[in-house]
Amino acid sequence: MSLLELSGINTYYGLIHILQDVNIEVGEGELVALLGGNASGKSTTLKTILGIVRPKTGTVRFAGEDVTNRKTSHRIGRGMAIVPENRRLFGPMTVLENLEMGAYLNREGKGRKEDFDRVYTLFPRVHERRSQLAGTLSGGEQQMVAMGRALMARPKLLLMDEPSMGLAPVLVERSFEIIKQVHEAGVAMLVVEQNANVSLSIADRGYVLQTGRIVLADKASALLENEGLRKAYLGR
Amino acid sequence: MDDRTGDSAFEQAVPGAGTTAAPRIGKDEWVASVGGRRAGRGGPLGAIEQRLRRVPWWAWLALFVALAALLPVGFESGYVRRIAFDTVIYMLLALGLNVVVGWGGLLDLGYVAFFGVGAYSYAVVSSDKFDLHLPALLSIPLACVVGGLVGLLVGLPSRRLVGDYLAIVTLFFFQIFLTVSNNSDNIGGRDLAGGPNGLINIDPLGLFGRELRVSTDGIFNVAYLYVALVFFALVYLALRFANESRTGRAWRSLREDPLAAEMMGMPVSRLKLMAFAFGAAVAALTGTFVTALNASVFPQTFEFPLLITLYTMVILGGAGSQAGVVIGAVAISVLLEVLREPGDARYLFYAVVLLGIVAAMRLSTRLAVVLGGTLALGFVAHAVAGRVDEDWTAGAGTGGGGLAAWAADWVIVPERLAGWIAPVSYIALIAAVLALTLASGWTRLALLVPTLYLAAFVWENVMLVKPEPTRFVILGAMLVAVMVARPEGILGEKRVEII
Repeated sequence: MSLLELSGINTYYGLIHILQDVNIEVGEGELVALLGGNASGKSTTLKTILGIVRPKTGTVRFAGEDVTNRKTSHRIGRGMAIVPENRRLFGPMTVLENLEMGAYLNREGKGRKEDFDRVYTLFPRVHERRSQLAGTLSGGEQQMVAMGRALMARPKLLLMDEPSMGLAPVLVERSFEIIKQVHEAGVAMLVVEQNANVSLSIADRGYVLQTGRIVLADKASALLENEGLRKAYLGR
Repeated sequence: MDDRTGDSAFEQAVPGAGTTAAPRIGKDEWVASVGGRRAGRGGPLGAIEQRLRRVPWWAWLALFVALAALLPVGFESGYVRRIAFDTVIYMLLALGLNVVVGWGGLLDLGYVAFFGVGAYSYAVVSSDKFDLHLPALLSIPLACVVGGLVGLLVGLPSRRLVGDYLAIVTLFFFQIFLTVSNNSDNIGGRDLAGGPNGLINIDPLGLFGRELRVSTDGIFNVAYLYVALVFFALVYLALRFANESRTGRAWRSLREDPLAAEMMGMPVSRLKLMAFAFGAAVAALTGTFVTALNASVFPQTFEFPLLITLYTMVILGGAGSQAGVVIGAVAISVLLEVLREPGDARYLFYAVVLLGIVAAMRLSTRLAVVLGGTLALGFVAHAVAGRVDEDWTAGAGTGGGGLAAWAADWVIVPERLAGWIAPVSYIALIAAVLALTLASGWTRLALLVPTLYLAAFVWENVMLVKPEPTRFVILGAMLVAVMVARPEGILGEKRVEII
């Protein structure tokens, strides 16, 4: 059974039909890439999954529960977490406080120390910077803190919105290494990207979104070979 | 050959050997040490600053409250004590506004209405109006709860609004409050709260079976100052703990980035409502003291200028910093009082101008040129004007004080100012200041001398004559100056933009 299941999703902004009959599945421990250009509906798909916008029709199932009409906080509590586009750290707060905010729903703070240790082991750099203001970090470090913040919620499913956005090419590679590393620790992931090449190279499966419709869905290796996708995204 | 070139020669010979001495700019370490560079100021001033930083916040609070409590010992005058009480009231109101604006990041323009709700709540249950005379231990919490509930009610429709939209809705609520309180003598044909005539003969505070008389022999009862101070300390502590709790951090992240906060699973609406209710309850609490002390409540107390004064305090002190808004409240409250008295205001004006010039120019030749030039210009202008027509320098200067006589010997102060001179000189001063910001180098210096003299002329002849608008003009000018020099306020956090 899959961890996340979007079936027949139709989302509107006012009268504009954004997502048109979108079906996406992410299995336990799977790494899925959602590809698409500008204005293809990638971010809306993420917002629909998180419950920040509600679909007009269709259902969102997560961890065996229909969460279509549930609040964002409920979904986060059930095990979703997100690394938002442009990271959206809380700039004037310290790195440590940013991480604490990621564990906001862990009310009693049970196992908080282990959560911190896990993040610090994964990103020693974040440990070095823990008492620094998040706004003063470099782009790569901010990406690490944003991932650490999401991991503090002990997610079953980690949503990543454009992790390569605004990073130098070297850091893009490093960033995807980190994604792979987190995935190998057993966290299922949905990576939303424009950069098809890098994301498909680490993903198990991929979807291609075009003006609100899923136009391709296949194994990552098959998508990399796909003629149409190569022309549209890989430029080869 | 000095050490530096020696190093680089060595580095050329052995690649990588000089890496520790390499410039740190452009490296991550440089970014990482930004906090240290900003905090660590050298010299004896820096050492004092470091030591002051280490004093814990509760020690500052205790010191502040102790000094305020000792104030009546040094000052017998009922006037000073009354001003001290009003200042504590401003401090409480600023603390409450800080919760909504500084922590929650919600632009609440209806804040003064909550103050009014508290005041009216206390008045209604502690007067002959409905023949209710609840003890203070009951009526004060009641007023707080009513204020908090009204805060929730206003917050409910506003919880989906941000920024300007929220400001408009809360401003609308403020207007509703004013309209209702002004028409409260005829609500459905019944007189509920006296309308524009307000409510009078309200009970003083009664604590533990004893009534606190408002005044003895017409002198303000200092016990009210102590009651307000105790409540100030309690509110300060309670809010401090709230801010350091999970909720407080959630407020701050909500202020920084509401969408990110929502994505972390924070109940955004509930947090906003809580900020509204907390702020409203503090304002309502403050309202009860003021009403008890004045033994009356009128709608005119809760007008727009109070809202602006409170916002000035919060912005000047630094929104988000509790100690900051308290300092802002004290500074503005004292300043507004000092400016009421022309003799005192004169000292303040010349001191601020002098300090401003010294701070901008340091002790330099240019400073001597400007000061000497301005003084000389003044005496020459005064002498010439006196020769031409004795009436031009016959004025004595408004208000008293040692500076008045000196100012009248230096600045041209006519016995009677022709009607057109006041607006013309005022506008000329504004134009001169604008020209100053555009000019540079010696032009600027040369322009500065007549501008300063013009400023003194306007001050003596126009502003001191009308102290009421002057107070607010000075307040506005000061706010602009502080915001240019230090946008985050005196103790506020610097905003860190994420790029």
